[in-house]
Amino acid sequence: MAYLKGAMEYEPVIGLETHVQLKTRTKMWCGCANVYGAPPNTQVCPVCLGFPGALPVANEEALRLTVLTGLLLHCEIPRFAKFDRKNYFYPDSSKNYQVTQYDRPSTREGWMEFEFDGEGAADGIARVRITRAHLEEDVGKSTHFDRHSGVDFNRAGVPLLEIVSEPELRSAEMTYAYLKTLTQLLAHAGVSDCDLEKGMVRCDVNVSVRPKGETRLGAKIEIKNMNSFSGVRRALEYEIPRQIAALRRGETLRQETRRWDDDSGITEPMRTKEDAHDYRYFPEPDLMPFAPTESWLEEMRARVPELPLDRKRRFVRDYGLPEGDAEFFRHHVELGNFFEQAVKAGGASKPLANWVINTLVASLSAQAKTVADLRFTPGQLAELTELTASGRISSKIAQEVYTVMWDSGEAPNSIVARLGLAQVSDAGAIEELCRQAIAALPGPVDDFRKGKVAALNSLKGQVMKLSKGKANPQLAGELLEKLLRAG
Amino acid sequence: MSDFDIRYVSRLARVSLTPVEEEKLGNQLGLILGYIAQLKEVDVNGVEPLAHAIPLVNVTRPDVPTGSLDHEEALRNAPARSNGLFVVPKIVE
Repeated sequence: MAYLKGAMEYEPVIGLETHVQLKTRTKMWCGCANVYGAPPNTQVCPVCLGFPGALPVANEEALRLTVLTGLLLHCEIPRFAKFDRKNYFYPDSSKNYQVTQYDRPSTREGWMEFEFDGEGAADGIARVRITRAHLEEDVGKSTHFDRHSGVDFNRAGVPLLEIVSEPELRSAEMTYAYLKTLTQLLAHAGVSDCDLEKGMVRCDVNVSVRPKGETRLGAKIEIKNMNSFSGVRRALEYEIPRQIAALRRGETLRQETRRWDDDSGITEPMRTKEDAHDYRYFPEPDLMPFAPTESWLEEMRARVPELPLDRKRRFVRDYGLPEGDAEFFRHHVELGNFFEQAVKAGGASKPLANWVINTLVASLSAQAKTVADLRFTPGQLAELTELTASGRISSKIAQEVYTVMWDSGEAPNSIVARLGLAQVSDAGAIEELCRQAIAALPGPVDDFRKGKVAALNSLKGQVMKLSKGKANPQLAGELLEKLLRAG
Repeated sequence: MSDFDIRYVSRLARVSLTPVEEEKLGNQLGLILGYIAQLKEVDVNGVEPLAHAIPLVNVTRPDVPTGSLDHEEALRNAPARSNGLFVVPKIVE
């Protein structure tokens, strides 16, 4: 039997409980400011300090952000949700309970898709089901000294969303990708700043292993209070082989809570199931249930922004852009919007994407400007690409026109007319310039006649120079060749 | 009440009881639970569980700061304080 166990293949099963601080101006139940970094115990009041008799009142924006998150994660939004007390004693929770949503959460049964290559994904996309995202309150922050602990309640009562995934993550890497996407999504939608440095995202990782092919879950090991994504990945890279090795040795794993030690890179036992907490949840009598109406939900649906991954897919599908360009516009929303407006104004998508991603980005960063500072419109950029596409100006002249347009916001057509920049496609005029070039550069002429075709470029360059960049380069090339072969 | 354990309950409540108190309070709480247990006999089929005794929902406030307690005032009842923190016996979990 021990031999069989040793030979068996195991697989990990991972689920996450991710806590995210909501981006509100005030706390969940009181009008104290939700700010980071204030001196200890300066953003506190009778409600968040848990004084007897103080009554909480729900922050409407926190309820909106909760439902918005539910919609982003394709969750069902129940028409009835309520708050419950989770009872436990710890100095960071002065009420001796935390208000949360137990059996009637504000959102449930959704899913999230994210880009990932590996087990658990198909065609580079993984989908993980979301059990629920419920609203609760953060607790105070303790600092431990030699024999005492100090508590700062500024964070107590800050609205916190707990997003629970189904145990469908299959590796440390996949878990990392899930966390990255989830937090990008929430930051993108304005639900949370998701600033890890400020402790705005914390998660509990549930991980078990089981023989491959087994459908039942193994003993659940919970790693508590992780505050960095790389920490989560490292903890799993440690914990999964640890559990597999224990099973291979013939040991039985028991449900337990473990702590990740980031310095030594190991997890260590915290408590077993026997001393698990008994939270004695019951409905919070100080708060009324929340029952969103259809019109309220309609307002929330209107607030749902396009998901980053959907945006990328749309840019590929609707504009025929390569993956790389679409990836760029997924992250640079303002520039992507500018690009879309330019396409709607009549420009061709690929040339416009090139202008935005190469030229516009470079000039914005060189001058430390944003899209909002631009003097020219998306329509004008479209006009510029049309001038090049139709052959009225060369791509070199287009750069000149762009510079003028950048400075003044003048329309490209008007710049070209005013500065006489239109490309010369008059064969007679160009032929004259070609003759001048041939007379001026006997060396390359000789080389060309000896069969060195590349020498034509020097002559073409001379024609462009003589025309101040306005000669149609293709026509110039053709005429030069004709003249050289003739003479 | 077979599922009622006075020691467990007092531990959860962080209340330490002498054996005499355990006996006395255990009996009293058992009687209360027995009294309340009569409710279990009521047929509640088809009755929605009540979340609150008052039939009211969606009581909210706008997300507007209304100020906090003065720092000194907030710490006035602290058992001990240091550097603006409430100081308590060390409990690490």
